[in-house]
Parts: sequence; structure tokens; C-alpha cells
Amino acid sequence: MTWDLMVALLAATIQTGTPILYATLGEIITERSGILNLGVEGIMIVGALAAFLVSWWTGSALAGFLAGGLCGALLAAVHGLVCLVFQGNQVVSGLALTILGTGLANYLGTPFVSKAAAGFDAWSVPLLAQIPLVGSVLFHHDSLVYFSYLLTAVLWLCLRYTRWGLGLCAVGEHPEAALAAGLRIYGYRWAGILVGGCLAGWGGAYLSLAYTHSWTNGLTAGRGWIAVALVIFAFWQPWRALLGAYLFGGVMAFQFRLQAMGTHIPSSLLLMLPYLLTIAVLVFSSWKGRGDEAPSALGINIEPAD
Amino acid sequence: MVRLSIHKRQAPLGWGACFVFLGAVAVSLVLSGILLRIQGKPAVAGIWLLIRSAYFSVYAVEDCLIKAVPIFLCSLGVAFAFRLQVWNIGAEGQYALGAVGASWAALTFPDLPGYILLPLMLLSASVAGGLWSFIPAFLRNKLRANEIIITLMLNYIGIFFLEYLVYGPWKDPTSFGFPMTKNFSAPAVVGTIGQTRLSWGLVVCILAGIASWIFFRFTRLGFELKASGDNPRAAQYARLPYTRLVAIVMVLSGMLAGWAGLLEASANLNRLQPSIMAGYGYTAIVVAWLASLNPLLIGLASFLLAGLRVGLEILQLDLQVPAAFGSILEGLILLTVLAGGFFTRYRLELRRRP
Repeated sequence: MTWDLMVALLAATIQTGTPILYATLGEIITERSGILNLGVEGIMIVGALAAFLVSWWTGSALAGFLAGGLCGALLAAVHGLVCLVFQGNQVVSGLALTILGTGLANYLGTPFVSKAAAGFDAWSVPLLAQIPLVGSVLFHHDSLVYFSYLLTAVLWLCLRYTRWGLGLCAVGEHPEAALAAGLRIYGYRWAGILVGGCLAGWGGAYLSLAYTHSWTNGLTAGRGWIAVALVIFAFWQPWRALLGAYLFGGVMAFQFRLQAMGTHIPSSLLLMLPYLLTIAVLVFSSWKGRGDEAPSALGINIEPAD
Repeated sequence: MVRLSIHKRQAPLGWGACFVFLGAVAVSLVLSGILLRIQGKPAVAGIWLLIRSAYFSVYAVEDCLIKAVPIFLCSLGVAFAFRLQVWNIGAEGQYALGAVGASWAALTFPDLPGYILLPLMLLSASVAGGLWSFIPAFLRNKLRANEIIITLMLNYIGIFFLEYLVYGPWKDPTSFGFPMTKNFSAPAVVGTIGQTRLSWGLVVCILAGIASWIFFRFTRLGFELKASGDNPRAAQYARLPYTRLVAIVMVLSGMLAGWAGLLEASANLNRLQPSIMAGYGYTAIVVAWLASLNPLLIGLASFLLAGLRVGLEILQLDLQVPAAFGSILEGLILLTVLAGGFFTRYRLELRRRP
């Protein structure tokens, strides 16, 4: 493999990993508040469609991106309504949300299949892009990639050092204690759900605005589920999500490259790769006992007091 | 000032639960009517057409029953696992593997007589489906790996495996390039009952439903399952073999989904082709939860949700509604019923503050 090809592959790794990174960061925030949202896949695809449609109507990719986040948060609010207000089972509600979200996106998006919209184009960071290898791999992308670097750092700092972040984790670990300490536990959980939904929506928006620049039904192809698995791999830590997302980005980029080059391996077998890797990653994390690091109150509703 | 307070119900709601359920379904139908309107289709007439063309003729009801067979079997399996609070989302993949297993037997031994070939297909479908669901059970028991994600990933892998087979080694050379296997030989086809279009699969469903009702009600293992599901910690104190139960339940679950795959390939399509993956495995989850995991109610709910698919086909033809409308309906119904469950467990009180 030549040097140029290698650099191109690494750069593609970052780009392919970015939507998964957004969604994983979002699910980390949601799960830290003690809410399990299995609707990420559905939220992502609705975000992707909303971003695409708004960008198509207004001609502004930025407006599209914002709309993707907004619609992601709106759909996540349905999960909040079912789980926080109506005390529904979080696993089932999340699954239903995925079914609803994929249905909605494919239903409303069908008339727009293979239309193109304004998207984000690559933009080199001055100076930083001049660094050999690192520059061309990390700093020769669209602005949403840079935003995802920033977001990872901000969320990491936020969870670790701010009052809000510590409160969020407390609510996810021990809601009763958090309540006794005077925290508004429902407020934190709502915030966790909405921020998570917005980020998942942005992950979808990245797919339609920066990755494909067009709409196809079933655009997310299981990336939302990969994000849910990566949260466990990431130990519920934002910076480790970066690692996991780029691992998947690498495998997916490699697989597309192989397909484009025309190998003898049947495409159905190649397409299995990311899903096989998800299982491997999950088995690895569980084997290391990472599952124990989950927020203690994850998936458990707070019963209303009499 | 009016104040709203929430109280836990002491006694179960009984018949009131039916009204909550119907109310939830009504809400989701209204919402989906609005969605029809958004795409410029008639809302009320559309929903009415959906319901009428699903349940209001003998031909439609036959269609419903045909589609209800795979949904019912998958759902019964899923309900076994959910009972134990094991989240088997993998019925779709187990169904695919069951179809692959059955097709393997049917294509390898086409000349065997039916009374040997069909049991052989049943065996290979059970092994393939059961193995596919044993993987997540094993990983959960040994490593505490999250079964939700593993079963889901196995769905994708199973479907790609099926596609690999029908696009590659199993493709019928005379199919003009279409991805499908050769037609099954006559002994490998599950026949129809009398003059109807219904296959003997329906009888399999009824037997499986009765068997699982008896299983939960009268057998020791069934009791252990229910007890462990209701309260895992208490079950561990009572020294119930929890990990073994998980494995048993998952394998049973996968076998039932595998049978669904077998029946769909053999009785309905008479071959293996990608269109066999119609999302029955996901509908099965919706059904299981709507029926609160009760085998008899699962029968009713499978029939009703199969009806939505039948009605949707007419909606697609007459009003050009995209097929994804079906997922919207299923998702909405599940969400509203889930939310409606609140009113069966809690009661609200409005009190005027002095």
C-alpha cells in the first residue's frame, strides 16, 4: 500500500467515524443521566432527513445541521415523554422509537430519494494542515469534523469538572441520593435525553450533509446501534468514544475501499464486517468487565412518590 | 389552584385496561392520519381503507392469517425471552437462519419423501435458529455481554449471510440473474389445508401457542421462568438456575423464529430469496409487548398487526403510500400503548386547594 493511499484511508477513517462519534457522545450523555435510549438509530435517521430537507429548501447547510439537531431532540423528547412522564419501559420505548424513526424518515423521505442538497465541504485549517501526515489526516476536513473534536473535549470537561456534569452523573448513579441532595432529578434526566437526541440528530445530519450530500432511504444502516454498543466500549467516557468511533470509521472506510477496488470477496460478506466488529468490541469490553462501569440506575425509572 | 397528584393503584384495573388500550390505539391512528394528510392523502378515508381492506373480507382475513403465522411464532419466542427479562431483539436474524437451515435441507436432499424431508428441514431450521440465539445467551452468561446489541448485530449478519447464499453459491443458474434459489421439490413444500390458501403452518402455530400456555401454567420450568423474570434476585435466593434458564429460553426463542423462517420459505415462497426478510422479527417484538407476553393474546395481536400489513398493501396500490407507513403505525401503537400503561398502574387525582 502506497503512502498516499494510506493517508487517504486514514482521512476517510476520520470522516466515516464522525457520525458515529456524534451519536456515541449523545448516548453517553443520555446514559449518564440514567436513561437508556435505544432509539438512537431512529433519531439519527430522522436527523439526517431533517437536515437534508432544510438544507435543500433553504440552500444553507448550517440551517440544515441545526434542524437535524432540533428534530433529533424532538424525537428524543418522545422517549422522555414515555419514560419520564408515563413511566414506560425504557428498553421497549427505545425500540419503538427506532421503529417509528426509521419509518418516519423513509416515509417522508421517499419523494426526495437521490436529490442533492447543499452540504459541508472540506476546509483546511491554516498552519495545522501543513503538519506532515497528522495535518492531512486530521485537519483537512469539513467544519463538522472540527466541531466534533471540540465537542468531545467540551463534554469530557463538562462531565468531569462542572457542577452540571457531576449532577448528571449523580442522577444516573443514585437518583434518590441526588434528590436528597437537592438536585432536580427530572430536570437532569430531561436534559440528558434532549442533549443526547440533539447529538444523535447531528450524527445523522453529518451523514446526509457531509458524507453523502444526498438522501437515500435507510441511510444510517445500523450506525445508531453501533453507537449504543460503543458507549459500553467507551466506558461512558467521551474521549474513549473518539477511539471507538474511529476504529469503526477505519473498518468501514477500508471496506468501502475494498468494494470500490473490486475484490473477489462477495459484497454481502464485506458488509458484515462492521457488525462483526461490534460484537467483537462488545465481547472485549465485557470480558474486561467494563459493563460494571455502567451508571447504576441505568434503565430504571424513578417511581413517582405517593 | 388545582393540584394534580399521582397514586399507585392498589388493585389491577381489569376491564378498564381494555379502554386504555383502545384509547392508545385511537391516538396512534389519529397521528398516522395526520401523517397521511402531510403527504396530501385523505386522512380519514385512508385509515378507513386500511382497516376495511385488512379485516372486512374473507380473502383479506386469509391474507392476515398467512402473514400472522411467522409473526406469531417469532413473537411467541420473543415473549419467552422477555418473560425472563432477557431482551432478545434477534428474532429477525433467527428467522433468517431458520429459513437458511430449512432451505439447506430442502436443496440438498430434494428427492427424499416428504415424511422424512419435512422433519429433517424442521430439525435443521431448529438447529440453525437455536444456534443463532445461543450465541448471545452464551456471551451474556459467560461475559455478561449486552444481549440487546449482540442479537441486533446478529440480525444484520444473518441477513447478509442469507443474501450471500442467494446471490452466490445457492443461486439458481436458470433464474436470469435474480437472487433466488431453485424451487423446492414437492416433498419440501408444506401444503395447504383443504381448499383454503392457509398452510399447515397455522396448525403449528395453534399447537405451539397451546403448548406454551400449558408450559407457563403447569410445568415446573415454566414456573421457574415466570418467577425469575418477575424477580431475578428472589429467584437467585431460591437457587433457581438462572444462567441455565437464560440459555434454555434463548434457544427456544431462536427455534420458534427458525420455524417461522422454515414455514415462510417452504409454504409461502417455495424457495429462498431476499424478500423473505419482511421485518416480521421486529413486528414480533411489538406484538409480544402489546399482548403483555400472554400466548393467547399474542395470537390476537399477531392477527391484528398482520392486518396492518395487508391493509398497507392496498394503501400502497390505491394511494401510493410508501411502505414505511407500516413501521410508523407499529412504532406509534407501541409507544402510545406503553404510555397508556401508566393509567393502568397509577391513578390521577385532581384536588382543589383551599
